[in-house]
Order: sequence, then C-alpha cells, then structure tokens
Amino acid sequence: MTVVEPDRRERNGAMEVTDFALAQKITPAVIVDRPRALGRIALIDRIFHHLTRTAAIIVLIILGGVIVSLFRGALPAIKTFGFGFFTSQAWNPVNDNFGALPAMYGTIVTSIIAMLIAVPVGLGVATFLTELCPHPLRRPIGVAIELLAGIPSIIYGIWGLFVFAPFVQVHVQPALIAGFAGVPVLSNLFAGPPYGIGVLTASFILAIMVLPFIASISRDVFETVPTVLKEAATGIGCTTWEMMRHVVLPYSRVGVVGGVMLALGRALGETMAVTFVIGNAHKVSPSLLAPGTTISATIANEFTEAVGDIYTSALIELGLILFLITFMVLAMARYMLMRLERTSA
Amino acid sequence: MSLYETRRKNNAIATGLAWLATAFGLFWLALILGALVYEGARGLSPAVFSQMTPPPGSQGGLSNAIAGSLLMSAIGVAIGTPLGMLAGTYLAEYGRHTKLAMIVRFINDILLSAPSIVIGLFVYEILVHPMGHFSAISGAVALSLLVVPVVLRTTEDMLLLVPGSMREAAAALGAPRALVIGKIAYRAAKAGLITGILLAVARVSGETAPLLFTALNNQFWSANLNAPMASLPVVIFQFALSPYKDWQQLAWTGALLITVAVLSLSIVARTLGAGRRKSR
Repeated sequence: MTVVEPDRRERNGAMEVTDFALAQKITPAVIVDRPRALGRIALIDRIFHHLTRTAAIIVLIILGGVIVSLFRGALPAIKTFGFGFFTSQAWNPVNDNFGALPAMYGTIVTSIIAMLIAVPVGLGVATFLTELCPHPLRRPIGVAIELLAGIPSIIYGIWGLFVFAPFVQVHVQPALIAGFAGVPVLSNLFAGPPYGIGVLTASFILAIMVLPFIASISRDVFETVPTVLKEAATGIGCTTWEMMRHVVLPYSRVGVVGGVMLALGRALGETMAVTFVIGNAHKVSPSLLAPGTTISATIANEFTEAVGDIYTSALIELGLILFLITFMVLAMARYMLMRLERTSA
Repeated sequence: MSLYETRRKNNAIATGLAWLATAFGLFWLALILGALVYEGARGLSPAVFSQMTPPPGSQGGLSNAIAGSLLMSAIGVAIGTPLGMLAGTYLAEYGRHTKLAMIVRFINDILLSAPSIVIGLFVYEILVHPMGHFSAISGAVALSLLVVPVVLRTTEDMLLLVPGSMREAAAALGAPRALVIGKIAYRAAKAGLITGILLAVARVSGETAPLLFTALNNQFWSANLNAPMASLPVVIFQFALSPYKDWQQLAWTGALLITVAVLSLSIVARTLGAGRRKSR
C-alpha cells in the first residue's frame, strides 16, 4: 500500500499510529485528498447519527401505533356500547351484546390477590438473600430465582391445569368451603362447588409466577442501600429485623414500590398462566372459588373464533382497556424506579 | 418480659418468616419444574423431533411446531435486533442526555413489560386484518416487537459500561463519532450485546399470546411465510386444553423442550454477561 509522506513521518519506532482514513480502506488517491476523505467520514457519521435517531423515534411510533390502531379497531364497539361497556355484565355473541365488567373485575381481583400473596413472600425472599442467606448459597439461590423469572408463563399454566387445579379441587377447596361455612363475610367468598379451576386458583398461580420477579427486583433495590447505613444500624445495636424495618425499607421504599408496581403490570397483562385455570365464565361472582375470566384470557380464548365486526371490536376494546391500565401502572412504576436511581446515583 | 427479650423475639420471628418465605417460594418453583421434567420426559422420543403434530388418537411428534418456532423466532430477532441496537446506540452515544432519549427510555421500559397479547392485537390490526389471513410473517413481526425493547435496553446498558476514557482516546486520535462507536464501543461491549440478543431470543421463544392470532397454528409442515404456521407454545396451548391424552402428553413434552431451551439460553447469556462484568 502506498502511504503518503506525512503519515510515514509519524510511523517511526514500534508505535504504530492508526490512520482512520486508512482503516476505512479508502483508496490512496483519496488519501492524498484529505479534505474529501474527511468529508466522507463526516458523511458516514451523519448518516449513522440519523439512523440511530430514526430507530429511537420508531420505538415511539410503535407505542403510538399500538394505541391508535387499537382505538381504531375498538371504535365500532365504543360507538355501539358507549360508556355502558364498562358497567355491563352481558357477553352474548349471538345478539352482539357485550360488556367489559366481568373481565375487568377478574383481571383486577386476580392481580390483587396475587400481589397479596407474592409481595410479602417476595420481600421475605429478598430479605433472606441480602441479609440472612449463608454466603456460599447467596449466588446460587439468587441466580435460580432470576432464571425462574424468565420461564415462559405457559409452563405455569399447564402445571396449573394438570397438577395444581385437580389437587386444589380435592384437598383445598372442600376444606375452605367447610371451614368458612358459618363465618359471615368469608362464607360468601368461599362458596359454591369446588371446581378446582377458578379465580382463587388463577390468582395463586399468578402469584407464583410474579414471585421470582418481585424477589429479584427487591433484592436489587435492597442492595442499593449503602453498607455504611446498615453498619451504623448494627453498630447502635439494632437487630436484623430492626435494621430492615427502620433503615433498609425506608431507604429503598420508592424502589420497592416501583418493583411491586412493575410486577402488578405483569400480573394484569398475564395471559397464559391465567387462561388455563380461570374457567372463562363471563360473570361477576362473589365467590373466589367460582370460575371467572380476565381481559387477557377472554381475548386469548375468543379472538380467533370471533365472528362479526362488533364481537371482534369488543375484544379489541378490551385489549385497549388492558393496555391503558397496564400503561398507567407501568408508567408509575418506572417513574418511581427512576427517582430511586437518581437519588442513589 | 424485658425490652431486650421482646426485641430478640421479634427479630427471631421476622427472620424466621424470611426463611419460611424463601422455602415457600422455592418449594413451589421446584414442584413446577419437577412436574414438568417428570411429565415431559415420559413423552420424549425421536418421533417428537421427526414427526408432525398428529390428529387426535394417533402417533406423532412436534417437528413442524419446533421448526415453526425456530423460524419465526429467527425472523423476529432478525427484524428486531438491528432496530433495538440502533435505538440503544442513540440512547447511549449520540443522544445520551437529550429529551428524546429520556422519552424513548421511558417508553421502552413500558414496552418491555407491556402485555404481549396486546402486541398480538396490534399486529392483527396492522397486518393480519389488511392481508385478510393469518400468516407466519405477522407472527414474526409480533415477536420482533417484543425483541426490540429487550435489545434496546441491554445495548444501552452495555454501551454505558464502556469506559468514557476509551472513547476519548479514540476521539483524540481523530476518529469521528461513528468510528468510535463502531470500532471501539461495540467491540468493547460485544459480549454484552450478544447477551442482550440471547435474552431476547429466550423471551420470544416462549411467547404464546402474540402468536395466537397472528401466526395461528398449522397441523402440517409449512415453510410458507404467507400462510399460518405452527409454533411450540401455540401447539402446547391447543393440545393441553384438548380432552385427548396423547395430545396432552405432547403438550407436556413441548413445554419441557421450551423450558430447557429458554433456561439454557439464559444461562449462556448470563455467563457471557458475568464475564463482561468481571473484566470491567
């Protein structure tokens, strides 16, 4: 390769100076013309800059596209049912009468019960991992929990259907029904025949599914607490519990709440873990043992079989509602986690 | 009881509960994996990989579903990765502190956990409905929309781990921005970037909801991207809810295959990522 004079002068000794014009494999004729070579590099730089910027903007467009296209798809149902869609319990494909109440109720109730189970347990696991676990076990258990957070939800669903629901039907639900028979409020919550599948079973499987998620996020959040603070607490004689309660939790409160909301967002939108075991009944039932449905389960079960514009449109409106609910929950979660990052940085 | 004793007792209760919570969580997760291995391994045979999904009551395998899953995941990753990487590059390099980057970061984090079934509905609206029929390509597009947030996030994180002094050194040699990114930042973050792609593959290969009404299902072997295509998760969904014993067995076996694939992908990704973190 012919190298022009100025470059050769720099190449004395063992140190080799990389010439970026050369690294571009630009022909010698162009190297002589340095301004043009630089111009070309600047052009490449500008193109790359715009390319990455466009890609970033496309991500925004995707989100906008999701909202707009769902709204367009839902428009016939919105026009037909109006606000009554949110309060109606009807779900009748034959005469095209639909209401979102049972699905929304099921989505919210299953998610709340799941969080009631998963949040305390998840925080317990996180406490265990950061404070109590013997050191050699800390990494393996932490890794195991993170791996479990990645298992596809259909696995939880199939296990729920074939293993958990039959077990619950025979061993747990009869005991619940008998145990709470005389108690005023609870007897209504645990009433009816033991189907095995139903709202409570679905909630429990949802809880197991989001548990690794909550545990690993809370552990990460707990680990942002400066060791000095914890040592100070131990130094003045706090027990482990008092340190968690009065130092770690207050310090990481925003992050824990953010993590919990993130998990709630997952639970609200979860499809496969729930669809198998919820029972797909379009009614609001006071009993937690009764079959119900959720927004995602309704869409998963009925969308491909939906005939007629209104039916499809009603399902898309359900999807829009789900998206807006999870969007708000997730936005709040991210905002809180961002605030934590800013304070800990 | 003295204050000291009460505090000791409260501490014992609280730590005991934390131990219990961990045991409780690990118990259920072990139970699920145990059942999965036990039920799934019973149906493992060469026929699973060589034969197509059977009609009820006859012998068969999952070959068309496995191939469909591989094909659609591959196309989904091929579409989603460049987009996610370029956008992640913008967030970490060109526009690190710009308003646009902040908004995109926020929106991307939301898309990362958005319900995948909604993504399925979206692709149905923009592709399946106008085309008039279900197709493998729309399934792949739905998967690619799930790939983008994962790749974007890890690309940005990994590029931010590259020391600024390396970029400055390259810039001091006269390298323009694009070269600094391409020849220095990407190379230094290579293991991390591959981790991101592997995580995205792991995420996508188990997704059922976005495929239900985009790629639908196909009982037969098909390589036609313009026609419905089988995929493991959708076949599992259909077979598990069927009343036929041999279909249910295939569903368990398919579930085992997916779990093994996803777990090994995330372990490989994790090992790569751990190497990166150590070398920092």
